[in-house]
Amino acid sequence: MGRTVINDQIMVHVTINGESRHALAEPRTLLAYFIRDNLGLTGTHVGCDTTSCGVCTVLLDGVPVKSCTVLAVQADGHDIETVEGLGHNGQLHPLQQAFWDNHGLQCGFCTPGMLMTTTALLRNSVDLTEHEVRRAISGNLCRCTGYVNIVKAVLEAKRRMGEETRKV
Amino acid sequence: MSMDVTETQPLGKAIKRKEDPRFIRGQGRYLDDIVLPHMLYMALVRSPYAHARIKSVRTEDAYAVKGVKAVLTGEDLAAMNLAWMPTLAGDQQMVLATGKVLFQYQEVAAVVAETREAAEDGVSRVDVEYEPLTPVMDPFFALSSDAPILREDREQTNNHIFHWEVGNKEDTDAALASSPVVVKEQIRMPRVHPAPLEPCGCIADYQNSTGKLTWYVTSQAPHAHRTVLAMVSGLPEHMIHVVSPDIGGGFGNKVPVYPGYVCAVVMSIKLGQPIKWIETRTENLTTTNFARDYHMTAEIGATEDGHVTVLKVTTIADHGAFDAAADPSKFPAGLFSIVTGSYRFPVAFAEVDGVYTNKAPGGVAYRCSFRVTEASFLIERVMNTLAYRLSLDPVELRRRNFIAPEEFPYQSPLGWVYDSGNYAKTLDTALAIIDYSQMRREQEKRREQGELVGIGISTFTEIVGAGPSHTFDILGIKMFDSCEIRIHPTGKVIARLGARHQGQGHETTFAQLIAQELGLSAADVLIEEGDTDTAPYGLGTYASRSTPTAGGAAALAARRVRKKAEQIAAHLLEVSQDDVQWDGTRFSAKGLSSRSVTMADVALAAYTNLPEGMEPGLEATYYYDPPNLTFPNGAYIAVVSIDRGTGQVHVERFVAVDDCGTVINPMVVEGQIHGGLTEGFGIAFMQEIAFDSDGNNLAPNFMDYLVPTAVETPHWETGRTVTPSPHHPIGAKGVGESPNVGSPAAFVNAVVDALAPYGVTNLEIPLFPWKIWEVLKQHGLTVS
Repeated sequence: MGRTVINDQIMVHVTINGESRHALAEPRTLLAYFIRDNLGLTGTHVGCDTTSCGVCTVLLDGVPVKSCTVLAVQADGHDIETVEGLGHNGQLHPLQQAFWDNHGLQCGFCTPGMLMTTTALLRNSVDLTEHEVRRAISGNLCRCTGYVNIVKAVLEAKRRMGEETRKV
Repeated sequence: MSMDVTETQPLGKAIKRKEDPRFIRGQGRYLDDIVLPHMLYMALVRSPYAHARIKSVRTEDAYAVKGVKAVLTGEDLAAMNLAWMPTLAGDQQMVLATGKVLFQYQEVAAVVAETREAAEDGVSRVDVEYEPLTPVMDPFFALSSDAPILREDREQTNNHIFHWEVGNKEDTDAALASSPVVVKEQIRMPRVHPAPLEPCGCIADYQNSTGKLTWYVTSQAPHAHRTVLAMVSGLPEHMIHVVSPDIGGGFGNKVPVYPGYVCAVVMSIKLGQPIKWIETRTENLTTTNFARDYHMTAEIGATEDGHVTVLKVTTIADHGAFDAAADPSKFPAGLFSIVTGSYRFPVAFAEVDGVYTNKAPGGVAYRCSFRVTEASFLIERVMNTLAYRLSLDPVELRRRNFIAPEEFPYQSPLGWVYDSGNYAKTLDTALAIIDYSQMRREQEKRREQGELVGIGISTFTEIVGAGPSHTFDILGIKMFDSCEIRIHPTGKVIARLGARHQGQGHETTFAQLIAQELGLSAADVLIEEGDTDTAPYGLGTYASRSTPTAGGAAALAARRVRKKAEQIAAHLLEVSQDDVQWDGTRFSAKGLSSRSVTMADVALAAYTNLPEGMEPGLEATYYYDPPNLTFPNGAYIAVVSIDRGTGQVHVERFVAVDDCGTVINPMVVEGQIHGGLTEGFGIAFMQEIAFDSDGNNLAPNFMDYLVPTAVETPHWETGRTVTPSPHHPIGAKGVGESPNVGSPAAFVNAVVDALAPYGVTNLEIPLFPWKIWEVLKQHGLTVS
C-alpha cells in the first residue's frame, strides 16, 4: 500500500486500544508524541527522550516498547495499547486495582508506563516471583515509591487474575 | 490492606488515596497534557562552554526556519530591563546570557515556533560566537588568589559568596584542645540532582484584552512564584494567575524560578499567544537546580569513655555561577546548624563559605529542609569514626550521647529548641526488628569465612516545618501556611491550601485531617491546591513542611469552623453554648446525649436556620505561623556485603524506624519512606554530577546519571515510634524527607563497617563498585 504524503507529512494508520485511528505526522515524529499530540491520549508520558525512564512505555503488537524510541511511521499499520485501554466499561483492570490497593504510586507520572510493562508481564507468565517482577520493570524508573509496593501490586494482580481464571 | 474513604474518625487509618483513580487510568493532568488554542512552543539555545565571552548572537537564520515566530536574546531582554532576575538567595541570575556565559548549557537565546520540532530547528540555526575562557571548576581553587573573577556584574574581588557561622568558636577550639580524644574526617556530599521524572516546564498565557497572565507551571510553591513573577515582570500580582497542575515529582527541583519560565512569559506578552516550554531531560539534569555539593571537615572531641564534648565543622559550599540556593533568607547555609544531630554536644561551632564556580547555579534542598541531609550525613558518619577510635559499638556510643526524653524541649548549642523525641526507643525498635546482636554474631562468623559484611547505623534528628515567621522568610515573605474550609449546605466540604503536593497524597491526608476535626468522613472533603486564584496564600510544599505548617493551618481552620458550628448546634439543641459538647462526630446537650446534631445538620442550619443576628455560612480560613519547627527522628540500620571480585555492594537488609509524631495515614507515610530510602540509596551508591576540567557535565542524561531501578533497590523494612510534637495542633511532625536525610549515612556506615577491620574509616560517596574495588585492592582484599 502506498503512503499518503501531504506537505511532507505522512499519514499514519494505527489501531490504538482497539480503535482504528489515523493522523498525519512528520517522518521524524516519535510515537510518544504522535500518541499524545496527534491522537490526544495523554496517559503516555515523556520523561527522558532516551529510552531510559520508561514512562512512555506502550504495547506495540503486544510487546512493551518505549514509545520515545519508536518513530510514529514505524507503527503504521500496527496495534498499540496504552494505559487508556486498560479496564473495561469503566471498571479498573485488576492490575490497576492492585496498584491502587497497594499504594503502588505516588506522583503517578511513571504509573502508566509501569502498568503497560507489567500488563505484558502478566500476560506472558504463568508464575511470577518478586525477582522476575523486579527484572521486568527495571526499564521503568520510579522516583517516588521505592518499588516495594509496585512489586507487591503486580504479584497481587497475578494472584487475583489467577483466581478469576480458576473461577471460569 | 487499605481502607475506604467513607471511614469516620479517619485520622491514623490507612485510607486508599483519593487521587489514584485518575493516575492509574492515565487521566492525570500534568503540564504537558495542557494544550491551549494558538499555543506556540519554545526551545532554548544553550552554551556548549562553561566559561566564555559571547562575541555575537546572530538570529537571522533561525527566522528563516519554517514555523519560527520569534527569537529572544539577552540583548532584547536587557532593553526591557529583564536580562537579570533575582534568585531566592538574594543574588541575581542572568535570564539569557549577555557578555559572557558562566556554565555549560547556560541559556543564551529562546526560539518560539509553531511546533516543538520547529523550535528545536530554530535553536540549531541561532549562531553564537564564543571566545572560550578557562573555567573554574574546583571550589577550593575558586577561592584562591590565582582564580579569575567569575562574577564581573557583582564588582567582586574574589569568588567568595558568603561566610556564615553559628555557635561559639572560641569555646569550641578550647574544648577541642582539652578533649582527651579527637577525631577528624573530610566528608564530601557531591553534587547530585533531584531528577523528578516529569521535567520542569510552563505555559505562559497572556491575554492582551484583559491584561491577565495565566501561568501554568510545574510549581511546588505557586503563590511564591506568583509574587516573584510580579516583582520581576512588573505585572500586577492580581493579574497573574498561577496554576500548578498535577506534578510528576518535585523533590525540591520545582521550587526555584528558571530562566525558561521568564522567557516564556516575555514571549507570551510579546506575541499575545500561549507559549509552552518543557525541558528535555538533559536540560533538567544540567541546568535546573542541583543539590548538595558540600565539602566538609568535621572534628569531634570526646572523653575516653565515649561522651562527646565538642563538634567543629568547616565547609566549602559550591553554589555554581549564581547563588540560587533555595534557602530561607536568614540562613544562607540552610539548616546546617542541625549538624549536632541527636546528641548532647555541650559546645559546637559550624561555618560555611559559599563559592562561585563555572557550574550550573542552585543548591536546592533535595528532599530535605535546607541542607539537613548534609548535616545528618556528616554527624552520623563522624560519630562512627569516633566509635571505631574508642573501640565502642556504634550503638553503644549513640546511647551514651543521645539527648534523653526528659531533656526536651532541648536547647541545642547551635540555637534550636528540639520539641520532643525518644531516641533510644526509636533505636531499640530498629535493633529489635533486625535482631542486632544476632546480626553481629553472624557478621563475626561470616568474617571468619572471608566475607566482607557490614552493619551500618544512622540515628538522625531532622528539623522540618519551615517556618516560624520569627526565623524564616523567602525574600522577606514569612513562611507561614494556610487553609480555607467551606462547608456546603449538605455537609460536603471544599478545603483549599497554600501547599502544593507533587505525589505526597495531600488530597487524601488533608481530607482525613479535616474530616477528623469536623466529624465527617474523608470522602466528604475535597482538597484543592495549586491555583492562586482560589487557594489562600501559602509558601508551598518542600522541606517536609506541608503537614507541620499547612496541616497546622488545616486543623486550626477546622476548629474555627467547629466553634461557629457549636453556636449553631446550641441554637438547634435549644441549650446555651456552654451546655454543648462535641464527641468527635456529633454535638449534644451535656448530660443528655440523646439530643444531638451532626456537622451535616449544623451545615444545613448555617444556611437555613440560624440564631438571630448570626452571619450565614460555615467557613473559615487560618494562616498558621507555627511557634517552632518540628523535629522528627529515625533509626536506620543497613546490612551489606561486598563482592570481593567486583567491589559491588549488596544491601542485604535495611530497617528504617521513623518517629514523625502523629501519623495521619500510615500507608502514605510508609510509601514516603520507601521512596526517600530509594533516593538515599541512589545518592550513596550511584549518583554524582561530575565535571571534567573543561567544565563539561559528565552526567547529562539517565544513562550517565543513574537512578536506582527495581533490580538494585533493596527491599525496605519499616517500623515506627510515635512522639507527638507538643506544639503542633495534631502532634504531627512531617516525614517525607527523613528517609533521604537519614539513609545515606546508614549505607556508608555499613560499607565502612565491612572494611573497618582492615583500617578503613572513611569512604567518599558515591560508592561506585570501581571505587570500592580500588579500596579492596589497596588492602589486598580482591579476589579474581
